Amino acid sequence: MPIHIIDRRLNPGGKSLENRQRFLRRAKSLVQGAVKKTSQERDIKDVLEGGEVTIPLDGMHEPRFRREGGTRDMVLPGNKKFVEGDYLQRSGQGSAKDSGPGEGDSEDAFRFVLSRDEFVDLFLDDLELPDLAKRKIAQTESEGIQRAGYTMSGSPANISVSRTVKLALARRIALKRPRKDEIEELEAAIAACTDEAERTELVAELERLKAKSKRIPFIDPLDIRYRRFETVPKPVAQAVMFCLMDVSGSMSEHMKDLAKRFYMLLYVFLKRRYKHVEIVFIRHTDRAEEVDEQTFFYGPASGGTLVSSALQAMHEIVRERFNPSDWNIYAAQASDGDNSYSDGELTGLLLTEKILPVCQFFAYLEVGEAGGSAFDLSDSSLWTLYERLRNSGAPLSMRKVSERSEIFPVFHDLFQRRETAQEKTAP
Amino acid sequence: MTERLFEGADWDFRTLQRITDACEEVALKDLGLDVYPNQIEVITAEQMLDAYSSVGMPLFYKHWSFGKHFAFHEASYRKGLMGLAYEIVINSSPCISYLMEENTATMQTLVIAHAAFGHNHFFKNNYLFKQWTDADGILDYLDFAKNYVMQCEDRYGRIEVERTLDAAHALMSHGIDRYPGKKKLDLRAEEKRAGRRRQHEEEVFNDLWRTVPKGVAKSRSTLSIERRRKLLGLPQENLLYFLEKSAPRLAPWQRELLRIVRHIAQYFYPQSQTKVMNEGTATYVHYRIMTQLHQQGRITDGNFLEFLGSHTNVVFQPEFDDPRFSGFNPYALGFAVMQDIERIVTRPEDEDREWFPDIAGKGDVMGVLRDVWANYRDESFIGQFLSPKLMRHFRMFHLHDDPEERAGIRVDAIHDERGFRRVRRELARQHDVGFIDANIEVVDVDLSGDRRLILHHHVIKGSQLNETDAKRVLQHLADLWTYDVALIEVDANDKVLREYVVSPRPIPAAVA
Repeated sequence: MPIHIIDRRLNPGGKSLENRQRFLRRAKSLVQGAVKKTSQERDIKDVLEGGEVTIPLDGMHEPRFRREGGTRDMVLPGNKKFVEGDYLQRSGQGSAKDSGPGEGDSEDAFRFVLSRDEFVDLFLDDLELPDLAKRKIAQTESEGIQRAGYTMSGSPANISVSRTVKLALARRIALKRPRKDEIEELEAAIAACTDEAERTELVAELERLKAKSKRIPFIDPLDIRYRRFETVPKPVAQAVMFCLMDVSGSMSEHMKDLAKRFYMLLYVFLKRRYKHVEIVFIRHTDRAEEVDEQTFFYGPASGGTLVSSALQAMHEIVRERFNPSDWNIYAAQASDGDNSYSDGELTGLLLTEKILPVCQFFAYLEVGEAGGSAFDLSDSSLWTLYERLRNSGAPLSMRKVSERSEIFPVFHDLFQRRETAQEKTAP
Repeated sequence: MTERLFEGADWDFRTLQRITDACEEVALKDLGLDVYPNQIEVITAEQMLDAYSSVGMPLFYKHWSFGKHFAFHEASYRKGLMGLAYEIVINSSPCISYLMEENTATMQTLVIAHAAFGHNHFFKNNYLFKQWTDADGILDYLDFAKNYVMQCEDRYGRIEVERTLDAAHALMSHGIDRYPGKKKLDLRAEEKRAGRRRQHEEEVFNDLWRTVPKGVAKSRSTLSIERRRKLLGLPQENLLYFLEKSAPRLAPWQRELLRIVRHIAQYFYPQSQTKVMNEGTATYVHYRIMTQLHQQGRITDGNFLEFLGSHTNVVFQPEFDDPRFSGFNPYALGFAVMQDIERIVTRPEDEDREWFPDIAGKGDVMGVLRDVWANYRDESFIGQFLSPKLMRHFRMFHLHDDPEERAGIRVDAIHDERGFRRVRRELARQHDVGFIDANIEVVDVDLSGDRRLILHHHVIKGSQLNETDAKRVLQHLADLWTYDVALIEVDANDKVLREYVVSPRPIPAAVA
């Protein structure tokens, strides 16, 4: 009987990918909820990693007719001391009743692992990537190098051996350079030859061949080829994200949390567009400093409020480390809106003259206390200032937020180009 | 001169070929097995998980629930909560066995003996499989099903198809004919029939028919209840079959989907009835083959010990008070009974002669076993062949748990002279699928009246349906039926215990 043994290991994997996508689509709202919840507990940089999520099984339940209750009979192995007619206590060992609900519970929550892509997709859901960013990426270009065929001259490091040998072989064949085995054959014939006249003839032939192979070199300088490279313009694939935040005493934990969420979203969004994203955290009171993430969100600080100090710091960092022609620069500023009046002039000047020209995008997020609707807040000094700038044509995006649930919609708004266009026309 | 099949743990494809040849020789010559041609496929862990989530079949239609199962298995596998099976075997011709790539050479030998010869013989010879499954056609049918579902999705939309499949899956366990009908399933013909039906529909399609005004429906109120029930083939316990044939407003493709789900459920029906026997057979066969190969000197002592280690794990039966206990291990029970049969046939004691006069001391072990494998299912197998000696060995006892009984759970019978028959009867009953699944059937429907579908659940021993699940399943049923559905739970004396009534959810226009 013929037996087929087949190696299936090399078959394309991901056979169940389609089913998985269907499952995720089906459980979308549940998984999305789980993703959002998971992401809240993470640092900004880790928010992108996939990972395990737990969703309630309820929505994904596949019902069947199941029977339960009633009198039960069971045959079990391992009797040690029971005899017919004994009674066992229900709560005690051996009662199968206890295990019933226990098994059910483990089914209530459903844990599984999401890949990084799935995680981000669900996190950003239907977020439109703004045209705004795309257009600017195309404008800012840098040079890169790329292979472009072969050349006759170049540096020895770039010799293309295979191409060189190929050409040499072609030339040797074309010029009929005697092969090594041809010469050896002839030498053997001479050694075996007894007839003197013929021998002389063969020797002459051998001489001729040897002379020819000397004349036609194995590899000629003509054969040598070098790999050629060309420089091509390359879009900038790196971005830097400036997180500016007011950490003066008036900013509560809640406000900082709102800001963190916004930064997180911005980071995720940028990470999708650019290969390499750096984050710079600048916190300010009446003076600004660059800090790490922990200090940024949780470090204690106190003092007055000078927004211009943060903008000045950002401007300096840009000048030192992030050349606008190499980097896409994004900035998001979060504040409760307080600023000392004397600072308004300088802030406006810095923003319009120094910061906005080098930025792809500058968002201002005004965070408020929980409970206060965005509409109830009277306009703060910073808001009034920025609004004036925006009305005079500065490309600023700004929003007020006071609830966690508003963060995502606000982010959504900011990154829809149509919305920003309307924003400019509508007061 | 026999030579070793392999040394150490490594194997390659030539080794597999040698192993299979050696196993085949023992299986066919010494054990007299009769198998389908074998096809052995080596797969990775991921592919094994794939197979898990599509009920072990190599191809299956797409549905979200398989994705869910995959995600679930994958998560528990990654965490190390769950080991994967060494193999999966498919009841088809050729019989396909999947082997995991990470098995050692010894394990591959074990698995080939187990799946490619043990299970294979059982699939080919057991009467239930012969009656209910079509090993030649199953792969083609699954291929057809997969494509059909895909086409339906293209034509009628993914959501619609998913809705129908969800409903069908919920009713899957009640989409089975439990008693032999008129003819055996011929899945290839089935596939052709579906094609012809569709083609016919397309040929005679005329859009004008849509515009013809529909006449007043003929009154059927004159039909007597008896006649009506007879016309609809009631009572009917195969709910999917009933819906496929009689649901008033299903589109033809929806009926076809119900039919596909029904056929697949039917294909697996014998497997659920023969778990103990199937695994017992395979385990017994691998044990015999491995021992034989060792005796022939084709497997080293070391490898044989490795085999014995895995074998012992497979047939391990924890006792009821062991934290690892989760019911009877079908491998352990099946293997023990079969070894016991071997003992009874060759070395009977007086007790065995009394209990098994037909086979005791008969001498021809394989003859008796082949007959057992061919003609029994779990329930009858245990009911016939569980010997007093084995009941004593497992120290079996029977518990009767009546919630009304204040004193607690009663020990009804134990492994003694008075209890043997009762313990055995009860254990056999535990393996009777007809007894495990709820007994639900369609009893009436008034096609001329309000079209309400009436089902009965015949409650046994006071065990009623889980309410939440029952409502959900009935919702699916009502959605397919498109009118009200009532489920009445009645006890043995026809006393109504509980009544569910569910109305169909409004469905977007597409169905009508």
